[in-house]
Amino acid sequence: MLLIHCPYCEEARPEVEFVYGGEAHIARPIDPSAFSDAEWEKLLYIRSNPRGRHHERWRHTHGCGRFFNAVRDTVTDVFETTYKAGEARK
Amino acid sequence: MKRFSGFNLIGEAFRSHQGWPEHWPDKAPKASYDAIIVGAGGHGLGAAYYLAKKYGITNVAVIEKGWLGGGNTGRNTTIIRSNYLYDESAHLYDHAVKLWDGLSQELNYNIMYSKRGVLMLAHNVHDVQSFKRHIHANRLNGVDNEWLTPEECKAYCPPLDISPRTRHPVLGGALQRRGGTARHDSVAWGYARAASALGVDIIQNCAVTGIRRGADGAIEGVETERGFIASRRVGVSAAGSTSLVMKMAGLDFPLESYPLQALVSEPVKPIFPCVVMSNTVHAYMSQSDKGELVIGAGTDQYTSYSQRGAFHIVEHTLAAICEIFPIFTRMRMLRTWGGIVDVTPDRSPILGKTPVKGLYVNCGWGTGGFKATPGAGDLLAYTIAHDAPHAINAPYNLDRFRNGRLIDEAAAAAVAH
Ligand SMILES: Cc1cc2nc3c(=O)[nH]c(=O)nc-3n(C[C@H](O)[C@H](O)[C@H](O)COP(=O)(O)OP(=O)(O)OC[C@H]3O[C@@H](n4cnc5c(N)ncnc54)[C@H](O)[C@@H]3O)c2cc1C
Ligand SMILES: [Zn+2]
Repeated sequence: MLLIHCPYCEEARPEVEFVYGGEAHIARPIDPSAFSDAEWEKLLYIRSNPRGRHHERWRHTHGCGRFFNAVRDTVTDVFETTYKAGEARK
Repeated sequence: MKRFSGFNLIGEAFRSHQGWPEHWPDKAPKASYDAIIVGAGGHGLGAAYYLAKKYGITNVAVIEKGWLGGGNTGRNTTIIRSNYLYDESAHLYDHAVKLWDGLSQELNYNIMYSKRGVLMLAHNVHDVQSFKRHIHANRLNGVDNEWLTPEECKAYCPPLDISPRTRHPVLGGALQRRGGTARHDSVAWGYARAASALGVDIIQNCAVTGIRRGADGAIEGVETERGFIASRRVGVSAAGSTSLVMKMAGLDFPLESYPLQALVSEPVKPIFPCVVMSNTVHAYMSQSDKGELVIGAGTDQYTSYSQRGAFHIVEHTLAAICEIFPIFTRMRMLRTWGGIVDVTPDRSPILGKTPVKGLYVNCGWGTGGFKATPGAGDLLAYTIAHDAPHAINAPYNLDRFRNGRLIDEAAAAAVAH
């Protein structure tokens, strides 16, 4: 089980307190009606799925309830860092 | 290849079985091939076999980064069924189930396909309605699937606890009698041996590290750990690693790779006659011919290439197993392991052409592609040989994520399957 550091609670807590939120930093369109089919495809379905550093969202469901971002290595599953939503990509 | 037959077995018995040749010779790569398959799982080996057998394309290499069958083919819980909801899915999976029949004879290799029946348990009103809908849809597509009452479930699978006071009460079940299991390793070995006998080179311990495209963008071949190998046709069947291979060709894919775990108990005498799946509680079970209870869990929640998952997933599955089958509460588990499954947004595979000329893909089978092994191999071979998909796999194109024609088994099943 992963140990995840919540940047809001400032504490490392077991994975079962958290829900994974998928890839991070995927920006929603400012003007959705101007979006092309190809842009929708990229937004909704295409994922980087890297082997190595992965930017992802987690939600501390059974704690503070807040979303935050993390960088995790997808080969070792070790977290490099976690940071608050809204902060720049690390 | 020396055929397996009663006659040959008796003959070999007199020579201490010293006369059997190796199943597939270990080949060094040639400079070029008519077609290359990336990934020697059951799907890739199947594709090579059917390319040689049905379409006469025998100058084929299957390139594998590890050992053949060491990916999800050798890690799965071997459940075979075809009772999927949508027409496209029923056609695709039933194509495979039909090929499982007679595969041992065709390959001259015992793959131990056993039609012991797959029983899917309904634990709540939603399950009951959804399974009945599946049963009706299946019947329209000529796919067998029938509704069993709790008592009929119990008669079919005696270890089941159907008392109404359990945590996961059994309200009935959907049974596909043609469903069952096969021996996963034998499937890979059988295809490898038969393909090799037709002239296919199986090259193990040789990761594909790059894909070379010409000035016109078309495929020229693959870079590997053992040098460049030329081919104008490359079929990628790399399961959990498909995103990585596709990136080598400059393509971004609608895939995410998740750990999926399974475990086996210590072997016991025959006690469990069929396959039971419980989607709602993320547990499924059968008994192997060796006697182990083979138990599968749900995926871990995060993407990973680690080929291992978290223990609480296993614990959750075992808690459900103990509730549904109290007879197994004192059974000891022997080992657990994980594979990396390639999951698409609609939980249906991608099988067809790509925007790159000469590059074909078979991926996205996620948590449930073992059952499709012969079908996927056959259809990938067809697609490569004709440079066009077969009618069965035509809907499984990449374009569906752009034009919205998803085959949404994810929504239909509400869980991985
Ligand atoms: C625990 C678990 C339980 C499952 N249970 C079931 C089940 O009950 N029923 C069912 O139908 N399905 C099940 N599945 C899913 C099923 O195992 C897969 O969908 C199926 O086996 C995929 O077959 P494949 O041949 O495409 O993939 P694999 O067998 O994974 O083959 C892909 C191969 O590609 C190779 N490869 C990757 N990258 C490269 C590279 N760069 N160069 C060269 N080679 C490369 C890999 O090493 C691998 O051998 C389960 C999966 C898991 C993990
Ligand atoms: Zn928190």
